[in-house]
Amino acid sequence: MKNLQAGENSEELFQKRIPIYPRSVKGTFRTFKTSVLVLAYAVYFLLPWLPWARHDAPAQAVLFDMVGRRFFIFDLVFYPQDLISLSLLMFIAAALLFFTTGLVGRAFCGYFCFQTLWTDAFIFIEKWVQGERPARIRLHKQPWNAEKVAKYGATHGLWLLLAFITAYSFIMYFGYAPELTQRFFTVDLPFVAYFTVLILTVTTYVAAALAREQVCIYMCPYARFQGVMYEPETLAPYYDLQRGEGTAGRAVPRAGSKTREERHAKGIGDCIDCGFCVQVCPAGIDIRKGLQYQCISCGLCVDACNNIMDSVGYPKGLIRYDSEINIESKNPGKPHLDWLRLRTLGYGVAILVMVGLLVYNITSRSEIELSIQPVRQPLFVVLSNGDIRNRYQIHITNKSQDVQEYRISVHGIPEGAVDLGEMSKVSVRQGKSLMVLANVKLPPAMVSKVSEIEFVITPLKNPDQAVIKKVRFYAKHEG
Amino acid sequence: MSQGNSQSSNVKTTGHVWDGDLQELNNPLPAWWLWAFYVTIIFSVVYWVAYPAWPLGKGFTTGIATITYKNDKGVEKTTHWSTRALLMKDLQDAREKQKPYFDKVAATPYEEIAKNPELSNFVASAGKVLFSDNCAACHQSGGQGKMAFAPNLTDDDWIYGGTHDKIQASITNGRHGIMPAKGGADLNESEIESLANYVLSLSGETMDAAKVKAGDELFHGKGSCVACHGADAKGNKDIGSANLTDKIWLWADVPGAGSADKKVAAVKEVISSGLNKGVMPAQNGRLSADQIKLLTVYVHDVLGGGR
Repeated sequence: MKNLQAGENSEELFQKRIPIYPRSVKGTFRTFKTSVLVLAYAVYFLLPWLPWARHDAPAQAVLFDMVGRRFFIFDLVFYPQDLISLSLLMFIAAALLFFTTGLVGRAFCGYFCFQTLWTDAFIFIEKWVQGERPARIRLHKQPWNAEKVAKYGATHGLWLLLAFITAYSFIMYFGYAPELTQRFFTVDLPFVAYFTVLILTVTTYVAAALAREQVCIYMCPYARFQGVMYEPETLAPYYDLQRGEGTAGRAVPRAGSKTREERHAKGIGDCIDCGFCVQVCPAGIDIRKGLQYQCISCGLCVDACNNIMDSVGYPKGLIRYDSEINIESKNPGKPHLDWLRLRTLGYGVAILVMVGLLVYNITSRSEIELSIQPVRQPLFVVLSNGDIRNRYQIHITNKSQDVQEYRISVHGIPEGAVDLGEMSKVSVRQGKSLMVLANVKLPPAMVSKVSEIEFVITPLKNPDQAVIKKVRFYAKHEG
Repeated sequence: MSQGNSQSSNVKTTGHVWDGDLQELNNPLPAWWLWAFYVTIIFSVVYWVAYPAWPLGKGFTTGIATITYKNDKGVEKTTHWSTRALLMKDLQDAREKQKPYFDKVAATPYEEIAKNPELSNFVASAGKVLFSDNCAACHQSGGQGKMAFAPNLTDDDWIYGGTHDKIQASITNGRHGIMPAKGGADLNESEIESLANYVLSLSGETMDAAKVKAGDELFHGKGSCVACHGADAKGNKDIGSANLTDKIWLWADVPGAGSADKKVAAVKEVISSGLNKGVMPAQNGRLSADQIKLLTVYVHDVLGGGR
C-alpha cells in the first residue's frame, strides 16, 4: 500500500455559498420596497404600545392573552370558539397570495415577506457600517486586522441588537407591554419568555444575517410552489433579450459602439454589460439569463438598469416588469396588468366571498356562547311516581366585555317541570364560562307529546340577545 | 463503468491503493452533520452527570439532579431524579392547586354550595373524577346503578334517605342490605305468589284481585312484612327497607321483565330467598373527610338524586 497525494482537481461535494454584497440602488421599486419596510417595522414594533381603553383588560390595542384564552384586536375579542374566523383569515391570506402571484409574480416575496424585510434591514446596517459593495468586498478579502475586527464586530453587534429587539417586540404582544418590559428587565418573567426571546433572536440573526437568500432558495416552501402559479400573462422582472442583445449580443461601449445608432448598425444590443443589475440583486442572480426560480421579483434590477439607461441616454425599460407573452412578441407593447383571466378572477371571487363571510362572521357574533348537552348516562331516569327525568348540562360562555346576568328558562313545557337548583339566574364574569345543571321532569302522559324542548338563555342587560336552543327529550332507548 | 470512472476522478481518495489501482473514495460528511454529532456526544455526557444513567451491578449511577416532593401523607422526600419522583411531584402540585377549593367546599354548608356557581362547577368536575375512581365500579359512571346489584343514584328514591347527611353517612360507613328469607318454613309457595301479586299491585300494576287480597292479609299478618316495610309499605329509611309503593325496583327486575308472569316470578324470588347483599363498603379511611363531603355534594346536587 502506498499513499497517493489527493488529486489536484478534486471538488467539494456541495457548492459553498458565494457571498453576496448587494449594491444599493435608487429608484421607484427601491423606494416602494423601503416604504413597505418602514411601514411594516412601524406597525410591528409600535403596535404593542398602542393604548386602547378597556375596562376589564390591559389598555393595549393588540393583546394575545394566552392565560385568559382570548385575543384582543382593537375592539374585537376572540375566544377559542371563534376558530372559524382564524380559518377564514388564513384562507383569505392564502388566496391573496395566489391572486397576487398570478397577477404580478412573487410580489409577496420581493416586498412583504418578513425574510425579505429583515434581510433588507440587515443589509442596510451592513452598508452603513462597512460601506458600499466594493468596500465590503475589499474588507472581506483583507486579512484580519483592527479595522476588520471593529467593522465586523459592529455589524454583527447591530444585527444582534436588531434581532433582539425583534424577538423582544414579539413577546410584547402577549402581555401588557409596559408591565412586561419592567418585569423583563428585572428578570421577573417566566422562563418561557426568555427562552422565546433567545430562540427568536437567534433565528432572526441566522435567517437575516447569515442565511439570507438561502432561506428563500432552499428552505422556503412558498418559493417552490409559487412558480407553478405563473401564467404567460403574469408580470415579472424580465430582461428584454431582443433589445438588449440585438443580433451580435451585448457589449460594453467602446469607441465605435458608443451611440445607439452605431451599436444598432453593428447589430449590438442596448445592454452595455455593466453588471449593475447583477450587483444589486439580493438573491445574487443574473436576470439576463431569463426568469429563474431564485428571483424574488423585488425589482431592484429594474431600478438599476433604468438608472444606467438614463445615464447613457437610452430609453428605460431594458429590464422591466412585463409578461412572458409581451416580452417574447415581435413588437412588445406597453406592459399592463392583465387581470381578465379565469384564474385571477377565480381567486378574486374567492377572496371577496371569504372576506364577506369573515365580516359577516365577526359582525354577527353573539355575545353568548351556549352549548346544552343532555346527560347520556343515564339517558333518562324513571322517578318513583313514574315521571321521566332528563338532565342537561348548560354551558354558558360570556363573550361580552363585562359581567352579565343570565336567566335560564324553557319554552313549551310547564315552568315547574324544570329544576335548576339555585341557578335559574346566574351571573358570569366576562370571558368566563359557567356550567349549570338542569333537571327536566315530565309526566308519562306529556312525554309522548314532547320530544323536544327549548331552553332560552336571556342576558338581563340585553334581553333582545336571548339565545334559544332546542334539545331532545329522551323517554325510551332507541334503536 | 466508464461513468463511474469519470466521476471518481473528481472525488478525493483516502490515499490508500491496493493491487496497484484499487482506491477508496473519500466523501466526508458535511460539517454541520459532524458538528451535530459532536453536540450529541457533549449532550450525552451532560446527561450522564445529571440523570440516572449507568447500571452498576445491583445499583446505578443516580446523577446529581434531585426532586423534592411531599407524598400524600405529607412527608417531604428528596430523591435522585426519576420519572416516578417526577410523577409524585406533579401529583403534589395538583393536590396543592386543588386544596383551596377542597377547603372551601369543606368549610361551606351544603345549601350554600348549591347557591355558589363557581363552587358548584368545581364540585361537578372534581366530583366526577372522584366518583369515577371510587363509586363507578358499582354505581356505573353516570350513577345510574345496576339492577339487582347497586341502586340508581339519579332517581328520587333513596333506600337509606337522600338528604346530604344521610348520603354522607352512607358513604362514610357503608351499607349492607338484609331481608329475611320468607320461603320454606315461614310461607308456602301459594302464599308467596299472593304476596308477590300484592306487592306488584302497590306499584300500580294490574294484578289478580283475589291474590292481591290474600297477599294484603299476609303482608299485614302472617308474613310480618309490616315490621320492616311499615303498614303503608312505604319502607323505613332508617333501616333501609325499600318503599314498595313506587315504581322503582332494585332487587327484582320488574321494569325489565317482559310479561306479568315474569314480574311475579322476579318478586317471588326476592320474597322467598330474602337478601343478604347490597353491600357498600365503608369509605371512611379510604377517602378523606374532604373527599367524602365533595362526593356527597356531587351525588346530591349533580347526579340529581335526593332532591
